Amino acid sequence: MKTAGNKYGSFIALITLLALLVGVPGYMSSYTVILITNILMYVVLTLSWAIFSAPTGYISLASAAFFGTGVYASALLSSSLPLPVVIVIGGSASFTLAFLVGSLTLRLKGMYFTMFTFGLVELVRNSLHWWEVNITGTVGRIILSADNTAIFYSMVGIFVSVLLVSYLIKRSKFGLALESIGESEEAADHSGVNVTRVKAVTFAVSAFFMGAAGATMSMRWTYIDPTTAFNIQFSFMPVLMAIFGGTGHLYAPIAGATVFSLLEEMLTTKFPYYYMLIFGLIMLAVIRFMPHGLEGVIEKWRHRIKRESIVRI
Amino acid sequence: MLIKFLDIAIGGLLMGGIYALIAVGFGLQYGVARVLNIAHGEFIMLGAFCTWTLFTSAGVTPLVSMLFCAPFFFAIGFVIYRIFFTPLRASSESPAAFEGNSMLASFGLLFVVQNLALIIWGTPVRGYSYLAFPIHLSGAVFSANRIVTLIASIILGSAFYVFLLSTRTGKAIRAAAQDPDAAELMGVRINRVLALCFGFGTMMAALGGLLLSMTSIMLSPVMGMQYTLIAIIVVVLGGLGNIKGCFIGGFILGLVGYIVSSSQPGLSMVAYYVIFLFLLLVRPTGLLTK
Amino acid sequence: METQDKEGIYCENMKILEASRLNKRFGGLTAVSSVDLDVKEGEILGLIGPNGAGKTTLFNLLSGALKADSGVIRFKGHDITGLKPHQIARRGIARTFQSVKIFSRMSVIDHVRLGYLFGRLESGGKDEAEREVCEILEFMALASMRDALGRDLILANQKRLEVARALAAKPDLLLLDELMAGLTPTEMAAAMELVKQMGQRGITIVMIEHVMKAIMNICGRIIVLDHGLKLAEGTPEEITENKTVIEVYLGE
Repeated sequence: MKTAGNKYGSFIALITLLALLVGVPGYMSSYTVILITNILMYVVLTLSWAIFSAPTGYISLASAAFFGTGVYASALLSSSLPLPVVIVIGGSASFTLAFLVGSLTLRLKGMYFTMFTFGLVELVRNSLHWWEVNITGTVGRIILSADNTAIFYSMVGIFVSVLLVSYLIKRSKFGLALESIGESEEAADHSGVNVTRVKAVTFAVSAFFMGAAGATMSMRWTYIDPTTAFNIQFSFMPVLMAIFGGTGHLYAPIAGATVFSLLEEMLTTKFPYYYMLIFGLIMLAVIRFMPHGLEGVIEKWRHRIKRESIVRI
Repeated sequence: MLIKFLDIAIGGLLMGGIYALIAVGFGLQYGVARVLNIAHGEFIMLGAFCTWTLFTSAGVTPLVSMLFCAPFFFAIGFVIYRIFFTPLRASSESPAAFEGNSMLASFGLLFVVQNLALIIWGTPVRGYSYLAFPIHLSGAVFSANRIVTLIASIILGSAFYVFLLSTRTGKAIRAAAQDPDAAELMGVRINRVLALCFGFGTMMAALGGLLLSMTSIMLSPVMGMQYTLIAIIVVVLGGLGNIKGCFIGGFILGLVGYIVSSSQPGLSMVAYYVIFLFLLLVRPTGLLTK
Repeated sequence: METQDKEGIYCENMKILEASRLNKRFGGLTAVSSVDLDVKEGEILGLIGPNGAGKTTLFNLLSGALKADSGVIRFKGHDITGLKPHQIARRGIARTFQSVKIFSRMSVIDHVRLGYLFGRLESGGKDEAEREVCEILEFMALASMRDALGRDLILANQKRLEVARALAAKPDLLLLDELMAGLTPTEMAAAMELVKQMGQRGITIVMIEHVMKAIMNICGRIIVLDHGLKLAEGTPEEITENKTVIEVYLGE
């Protein structure tokens, strides 16, 4: 149970973190700015993923589709609209896509939903590729890149937003409904929860932030085509990070995302394919030996200290 | 008119056989071993690349490679299941938890296999030519290798069907598919049977990849995912655990793919997807199941 | 029992639920066959029958969990056939399940809060909500374990929790599916007392039970189902004397 001291402590830690972040471009090298932007991107993707998949237990593998939608929306609009608007539009496009897909496929069993989300990345990529080849005639677009600092602050803003939304959802009646859905959809339904709508809306909200992140990051990449925008790796990484870190408390996905984005940063230039292979192996190891992630290990240790009773009452 | 019809029919069927085979493999892994193997396509890719390597470096023809690939990939699947999924199943809190965990694990496996392939073979697109001469059938022209893959896939599918029906192992598999606990009570060594099924699944994936490599010159380490999706769609279309259904479903999908590609190349995956969505909404248990 | 309808006119035995000619098949098996069911407002109606008679399927049809192949269900005068469970729940029908469906990692008080927040068409402000939630916890004797998690409760308390969650939605009709199953005699006595008290509060109750003692003790009327067909309907005395019922239950 969270005591007042705990809550106060987390809040202070967060404020400190934000204060540090805000100051980064002022006194850190541009390499650090870019690195932290990357870390924040993964933190946002993982937190977003956890907003929906953690409480409901529906594993979404579509993160790359929503991220990519944001990237693409940005590619199409960035030359004509200011950055914040582009980010919101990117997020909204992903929101809409997720709401549509969710409304249709969330009535089904979890496994069918997962299967469908797995293919969504390919589906969107294929469709866009065909569209670009046959209708617009350009495959690949050049983006006018934005200032690294602008990208950084945008990502900080998105991070704060997703954190706030995650926190508010957990404490609201909506969060209660999500929890109940994860435990027993039938009981939730009979308690008055509009299960399909709650799932679809939450799925869409999580997609919004993924799209926003994509719209922001595309400014860095200068050249976008459907293949680079829709990369299944962006579906894999948030899942890996959430599983490694855990999803119960808000700190867990953040920790997982930070660890792996730093690892990726260190390994990607020297061992391009090897690092993804290692990540795959880590995923296997975590699932096999640490199913509740790092957080599970930490919480177990905390409980052992509290010596919680297991007597039934 | 008849020629056009035959052309479409046979053209569609040619890929359909491969689709059916990989769907049967996927169905075995999900239906019996309860692993939603997202990495299925990667084994298809591996089968294709192994065949390519054997052909281009040692001149081994694909049909002969089959003799090596089948047991080799069966063993790989069997071992993977034994060392990873069997203990995972034991430590999972519930069958539902195992399904979720094993699916996530297969996602990890996807990246392991795909990147292994990228390290070994690199990114360039590969292909080889074998039996690429034309055959004339009622006025339409087809490549010999395609006809061979169709025949091969039907033979392999039928062989497996007979295996399931008449051998002890086959019967054990069918029992395990119906009710694993009951089967275990009746003396079936369930862990072994599940591992066998997973092994058969990877074997069929590899054989599908082998046949695919005979007809496609665009082999790439990242080609796996679309075939995983095709396998999923065919299984949903034909019914889980239904071999005949997988073949009918495979042929239907092959037909649709052929028709769509001839008018709008690049949209066949989208067409499959629409079918998938339609199936999930209308009849997720499959069109062909009772 | 007298009830007063909207115009202030007293009517006797107003029907809160009228189900006519409900049918449900699963493949080749007919689970519910042309069943008519009328529930009078304020009564406690028992639903009995051998295993597989279709009792839970009937509940599933009434609560919206399953769609009837044919037939009409009217609740408080409105047609609710084909509505989804959450829509029916909001209109005032709540239920418990044969195998207890509580949320293992959710606290007791949150269960009741969920029922309160989602099961009603309008909920009051935060203070009123907490007051009502606490009142329900007191009534169900769960107040002392309000922060315990669902999985830490013994079965009897889990069943209480299911009922508490249902009550939080302020239902007019409560469907209880085998409330007594798995309870010790003491727990059963407490449960029977609970059902009586809920009846006194004005909630109409339909209960599926195998424990005859409970049914005979609490219910004003009983319906007997067998192989999906309604065999008999009447007071406890009438049912115990019914020859067909005795045959069906021979040995039970």
